[in-house]
Amino acid sequence: MTVDPVDTFRTEAADLLEQVEQGLLDLMQRLDDDELVNAVFRGLHTLKGSGAMFGFDALAAFTHHCETAFDRVRRGEAPATVALARAVLDACDHMRALVDSPGAPGQQARGRALLDALGQAVAGAGGGAAGDAGAPAATGWHLRFSLPADAMAKGTNPLALLKELRALGDARVRADIAMIPPLEALDPLALHLAWEVDLTTTAPRAAVDDVFIFVMDTMELHVEPLPEQDPARPAQAAPPAPGPATTGDADIAAPADASAQRWSRPDENVRVPAARLDELMDRVGELVIAQSRLGQLANARDDLPLRAVSEEMERLSGELRDTMMVLRMVPVGSLFARFRRLVHDLALDTGKPVELVTDGENTEVDKTVIERLADPLVHLVRNAADHGIEAPESRTAAGKPATGRIRLSARQEGGEVIIAITDDGAGIDRARVRARAEEAGLIAPGQALADAELLQLVLEPGFSTAARVTSLSGRGVGMDVVKRTIDSLRGGIDITSTPGEGTRIALRIPLTVAIIGGLLVRVGQGRYVIPLATVEECLELPHERDNRSRGRAFVSLRDRLVPFLRLRELFATGTSPDPHQKMVVVSTGTERVGLVVDQIIGNHQTVIKSLSRLHAGITTFSGATILGDGSVALILDVAHLVASGQQQEAQLRAAG
Amino acid sequence: MNVPDQSPAGSGPATPGSGTIEVLTFGLQGETFALEATAVQEILDLLPETPVPGAGRFVGSVINFRGRVIPLADLRLAFGMDPAEPTADSRIVVIEFASGSESTLVGLRTDRVHEVTILPLESREPPPGVGMRWRPDYIRALFRHDGEFIILPDLDAIFTASPPRVGTTLRAVN
Amino acid sequence: MSASILVVDDSASVRAAVRIALTGAGYRIAEATDGADGIARAGGEHFDLVITDLNMPVMDGLAMIEAMRAIPAHAGMPIVFLTTESDDGMKARARAAGATGWLTKPFDPDQLVKVARKVLGR
Repeated sequence: MTVDPVDTFRTEAADLLEQVEQGLLDLMQRLDDDELVNAVFRGLHTLKGSGAMFGFDALAAFTHHCETAFDRVRRGEAPATVALARAVLDACDHMRALVDSPGAPGQQARGRALLDALGQAVAGAGGGAAGDAGAPAATGWHLRFSLPADAMAKGTNPLALLKELRALGDARVRADIAMIPPLEALDPLALHLAWEVDLTTTAPRAAVDDVFIFVMDTMELHVEPLPEQDPARPAQAAPPAPGPATTGDADIAAPADASAQRWSRPDENVRVPAARLDELMDRVGELVIAQSRLGQLANARDDLPLRAVSEEMERLSGELRDTMMVLRMVPVGSLFARFRRLVHDLALDTGKPVELVTDGENTEVDKTVIERLADPLVHLVRNAADHGIEAPESRTAAGKPATGRIRLSARQEGGEVIIAITDDGAGIDRARVRARAEEAGLIAPGQALADAELLQLVLEPGFSTAARVTSLSGRGVGMDVVKRTIDSLRGGIDITSTPGEGTRIALRIPLTVAIIGGLLVRVGQGRYVIPLATVEECLELPHERDNRSRGRAFVSLRDRLVPFLRLRELFATGTSPDPHQKMVVVSTGTERVGLVVDQIIGNHQTVIKSLSRLHAGITTFSGATILGDGSVALILDVAHLVASGQQQEAQLRAAG
Repeated sequence: MNVPDQSPAGSGPATPGSGTIEVLTFGLQGETFALEATAVQEILDLLPETPVPGAGRFVGSVINFRGRVIPLADLRLAFGMDPAEPTADSRIVVIEFASGSESTLVGLRTDRVHEVTILPLESREPPPGVGMRWRPDYIRALFRHDGEFIILPDLDAIFTASPPRVGTTLRAVN
Repeated sequence: MSASILVVDDSASVRAAVRIALTGAGYRIAEATDGADGIARAGGEHFDLVITDLNMPVMDGLAMIEAMRAIPAHAGMPIVFLTTESDDGMKARARAAGATGWLTKPFDPDQLVKVARKVLGR
């Protein structure tokens, strides 16, 4: 069966024109019905396109003008009017003639007359100016969107969508990774990302919607006009700006919470008090122990069904435990997300253009740590924007980009998570710090201080270098609070600052309640965990090395002497060494030390539990963890051991 | 030693009626000790212990208590008794140990757990200063009850004074 | 290498129109005449995109989309169907079956190429 496609087109064109006519008639009754406008536009668009495809050039050219008129209505650039609808309605008969008998005499003149009428109808509607007045004076669009989990499986390529958005203008894309499940629960075909895009463009909202046309009704899409970027003008769409910072902390928390709420999705996330997670974790620990007892009983009996149930229980309780372990861990990205808005608002409030750059969002931190870090980070970011970043004129004069940059970064380093706030501002004024510290009686006048010590003074209670009080923050007012919080997390604060180039404040947070990959080893009869991130290599300790005198505890590794510690002796196990001693080489940064153990058992996902106050004086261990059989293993504090190894090396060198 | 006048407890109200104290009594090498009943969380069968190298000898190990890692103390050592092998009667008493503003769970190894009883405060006796086998600063109060002495240990003093069992520095290696 | 596209339609003229438009845009085209033929073709060769009609003899487009989505090897392969403006019910069913997007008939070559670029991202 062969059908002439041109015949098919004629039939379809007739149908289309009928639909367009019907739509126009309805539209005259309901001028504000966007759906009708869209329907008419689509009909005309299809008619033009198909006409061109099948050689009806005159039809395509003519229809194009009608389509353009409706496209402007659709985009909100012109209002729908009765005059416009009537003009296009009149044109429909002409289009029909162009389909049925193209090239008939008098058609061109008729066409021109109709287009003139159309032009008048468009002009009468006030053209672009009237339409523009109603549209938001946006410099672009802020989008948040997520696609259904099966979108990729159904062939939708999110990258292609982002590429289309980029084609509309300058797009700053940020992926929200909060919904990515742990690896073992990850379905590689499912989509777990959401995106936030700042699209700088003059394209209308309809153009943004067009990008998502195939997924529109299954996705979540929130589009709002991008606020004016001119910092001198207040943002129209901004949430209430923080009030005057008269009391400090209470005000500081407000904007962070507000932006956090924008991200919370009540249908997909559940907020649980951390204490309940702790309880759950403890119960799971009990379950594992009870299970191991059950397992022993079952194995002691000749009861196959009982053993089968016990084994099933063992598998389930193990999985439950693994799930539990990762439940508390949250990527810091969820914390960083709050700061985009904050920095945006700060830029408006200070009149200084500032941009925020983040990296290391995937770094995972215990939930409770995240919550406690929020306020200190808000404070540090405010400080950076308020005091660190210079006014644009000063920056330009100093040969820097007018827009200041604040970088929030996170990474795991050994047993610590390092969260750093870096600005490219003026740097800390040492002379002022010293003057203020002397004035506040923190140091004696003229007291000699190392640079790092001097900078640390800004963390002291009561310290303030704020020469002027702004509505945002007084420097120093909250820095001691930052220090207190970090101290309470058993972390530290490093401050580095180069005049004219900027300041970096790094918060070092130990992974006390976090989960780490651990290497489980045996020393004597005890089992210990070495943080996997610090392990460089494992090797068999050469026999002769182990027999050497105690004072020569070094091994040569690729032309470097590495000091080693026999943990059996350090821990006073009172056991004799296994015949083949193993050495685990650990490092923190550049320094290395070998730890001699009896046996390397294997990898172990480790929930770090801190030791109680009764063991607070012990520096060899950073914490403890519960093994699969319910017993406790201690976690080695590698930083401390490495330092001890270095100390040992230094002593040996001194002794010659 | 000065015995507190009203409440012998440093850690919260422990007197059901005025002039009495409710305690859990337990035995260590034939002696009877007591802990304030309100501080007692749970009595457990023995659990696997993990020695903590470098820890004070009175609190030399940790145990897994319901998924929590808590220290395990052996009061025998604080009172100059010899370490003993566990028996079928051995129990761990888990108490909430408050010191300052913080409190922490601690397990205490005992030979056997006796009973919960109420001691009248008037039965307190000053510890004999001379000729006593134990360091007086480890005793908070001494009661005479049914013809025998009951020792209320000063856990605060014991836990904080606990000397290291091995060096906490690594000098030992060299 | 240019993307390869499988066109499934029982109408030779539609297939021809699609082929002309897409080869003009630099894509490589293979053709199948119904759903069963489409599945057979896709089983023997990798395609970056399938464009299919819905009303076809032997096996219609809806059944073909469902069947293709059940084949792990085709996971993530975009499938675009051709539909008419009026048939919203059919559109919903095709999308539920796993289609990626659609193109309303009749269409012009620009629209077709635009949709292909959109779902392919190139």
